[in-house]
Amino acid sequence: MGVMPWSAARAAELIEQHRPQAGACLPILHALQEEFGHVPAEAVPLVAQALNLSRAEVHGVVSFYHDFRKTAPGRHVLKLCRAEACQAMGADALAAQVKARFGVDFHDTSADGKLTLEPVFCLGNCACGPAAMLDERILGRVDLTKVEFHLARHLADERQS
Amino acid sequence: MTRLFVPIDSTALSLDAEEVAEALALALKRQGAKAEIVRNGSRGLFWLEPLIEVETPAGRVGYGPVTPDDVPGLLAAGLLEGGEHKLRLGLVEEIPWLKRQQRLTFARCGIIDPLSLEDYEAHGGYRGLAKALTLEPAAIVDTVTASGLRGRGGAGFPTGIKWKTVLGAQADQKYIVCNADEGDSGTFADRMLLEGDPYGLIEGMTIAGLAVGATRGFVYIRSEYPHAFRTFKRAVANARDEGRLGTKILGSDFSFDIEVRLGAGAYICGEETSLLESLEGKRGVIRFKPPLPALQGLFGKPTVVNNLVTLSTVPFILAEGAEAYRDFGMGRSRGTLPVQLAGNVKRGGLVELAFGVTLDTLINDFGGGTASGRPLRAVQIGGPLGAYFPASLLDLPMDYEALAAKRGMLGHGGMVLFDDGVDLARQARFAMEFCAVESCGKCTPCRIGSTRGVEIMDRIIAGRDVEAQTALLRDLCEVMTDGSLCALGGLTPLPVLSALEHFPEDFKRPVAAAAE
Ligand SMILES: Cc1cc2nc3c(=O)[nH]c(=O)nc-3n(C[C@H](O)[C@H](O)[C@H](O)COP(=O)(O)O)c2cc1C
Ligand code: SF4
Ligand code: FES
Repeated sequence: MGVMPWSAARAAELIEQHRPQAGACLPILHALQEEFGHVPAEAVPLVAQALNLSRAEVHGVVSFYHDFRKTAPGRHVLKLCRAEACQAMGADALAAQVKARFGVDFHDTSADGKLTLEPVFCLGNCACGPAAMLDERILGRVDLTKVEFHLARHLADERQS
Repeated sequence: MTRLFVPIDSTALSLDAEEVAEALALALKRQGAKAEIVRNGSRGLFWLEPLIEVETPAGRVGYGPVTPDDVPGLLAAGLLEGGEHKLRLGLVEEIPWLKRQQRLTFARCGIIDPLSLEDYEAHGGYRGLAKALTLEPAAIVDTVTASGLRGRGGAGFPTGIKWKTVLGAQADQKYIVCNADEGDSGTFADRMLLEGDPYGLIEGMTIAGLAVGATRGFVYIRSEYPHAFRTFKRAVANARDEGRLGTKILGSDFSFDIEVRLGAGAYICGEETSLLESLEGKRGVIRFKPPLPALQGLFGKPTVVNNLVTLSTVPFILAEGAEAYRDFGMGRSRGTLPVQLAGNVKRGGLVELAFGVTLDTLINDFGGGTASGRPLRAVQIGGPLGAYFPASLLDLPMDYEALAAKRGMLGHGGMVLFDDGVDLARQARFAMEFCAVESCGKCTPCRIGSTRGVEIMDRIIAGRDVEAQTALLRDLCEVMTDGSLCALGGLTPLPVLSALEHFPEDFKRPVAAAAE
């Protein structure tokens, strides 16, 4: 996923890039997370200052939304849909299998740092559940084999690049 | 040059459409074939995806579901001429599942190249705006009112009346906000349009802007839809390059531009006031109404907030006239509804039909029953806040009032099927858990009540003191219904009580051996 190490200068650049937008807070947080894989605590005061908000306010925004992470994820992120349509197709059993296979819980990263597992409520793929998203690759009619196959492929791509 | 179509819709991609497109491109190149691959959206026949099509003199012939391994065989069988093959579906338009539909809002979805303005216009695009540009704002609003169009985001509020309020408001700036948060499980209509017909939304928003005097629009897309987000951003950029957004649109004096924003994974941001807070860069906490967003919305200015399907339906109404739309439907539910068949369904996908079609027709004729082949036990309509109906109520029509009369709701038109493996007590627990996780936190019945609801459901599921706990659950639901500020807390009792009403056997758990 190409996550960069923290850089205050780079953060300032990203903040400046989005600051002119009206209601710039979410676009800024998204940009930071895309760059650093999470919203580092160091970024909060920078965002607060740029938007003329208190740190508490920015922290409040970061913590309100499910998307924003406070720590860096593993090299790949697997989101499993847990919503009703996927439940009807065995999403809960799949989640249990994935957790057991990779030794991770939701919001957790495997010990080897390869995989972060996150729950998601609906990917709009509800006619072909269970659904998942590995990084930005959307997967339908998912079972454990399919997850393993795609993860192996992503890891292989990573070694090549 | 022969044109081949391989969908780039998320569901098709989730079933390897990209790999199919690559295999096809490679094979065509190797053969030196004169053929072009167009990446269309999906027509919504998801059990056939990836569904590839080839343009022949007789019409578009479909094949599906195709895997990359099928590609050599397909080409050998004369794919480019629509040749015979075991995956051949015949003329796509003639597939009964599609032929029986009444596609107005989704007329172009899956047919055109989503990013080609030329394709869009060749299929009737921008006729609605051209018509609107000849009308006074009030006349545009009147047309939408006369069409009977009601908001497709869930509440079913008449769109024309909302627009009229914004038109009548005095302000230096007004906004059009498109709600593309599509949070409900079992729904994907918004996503399909973003990926399959984005200019339809751009045209609809432009007409809305013209109608109420707004020059700026925002589209708030949920972050769970990265493909839709990317496609729509590109569509906006193209439209701007081609003079369809920006100043002096289509040579008129009218200016309108659109900004695309990404949500951040909060269901509550689908509620309009929470969405506005989020667009303003804040926590998505509900605002008290009044003031209505129509009068004090985004940045305190008069704002139209409409669902994506609502806005994408407007071009048809302007182009074909209010009557052409109003003639479809039943009672006070006019026009067509894009129903989304999901969950444990054999033939899942998007069915656009006039209001009034029964659940049975949708589930059995279109859906073909459950995917597992086991008996259908329950269907949840209208997302996580919608009721669970039993198979005995399948003669209900899809209509706002008819579903409300049975203590259900239509919501965004999502239908989620469950076979007899479902445990409705667990589904009721999930509804409470969902409310607890997604509550914006402003009011106690929702924030705390839902957590208590999960605890009560846990006791019921464990068979502890079931009768008393069920009574407590009913009480709690009453408090949540009456005491919540918005529909998240206010409607969570719907799935819970419907499960209890229609599936009481699932709540009568055997008394746990080690209960006390
Ligand atoms: C908890 C909650 C979630 C909602 N989620 C959505 C949503 O995801 N998409 C949507 O269009 N409307 C949603 N709505 C409805 C909106 O508040 C609003 O009614 C709608 O966007 C208005 O547009 P319409 O008149 O075109 O339906 C939601 C409402 C509530 C209470
Ligand atoms: S009902 Fe729930 S989501 Fe709605 S305003 Fe109250 S706390 Fe917020
Ligand atoms: S419910 Fe899982 S993708 Fe929609």
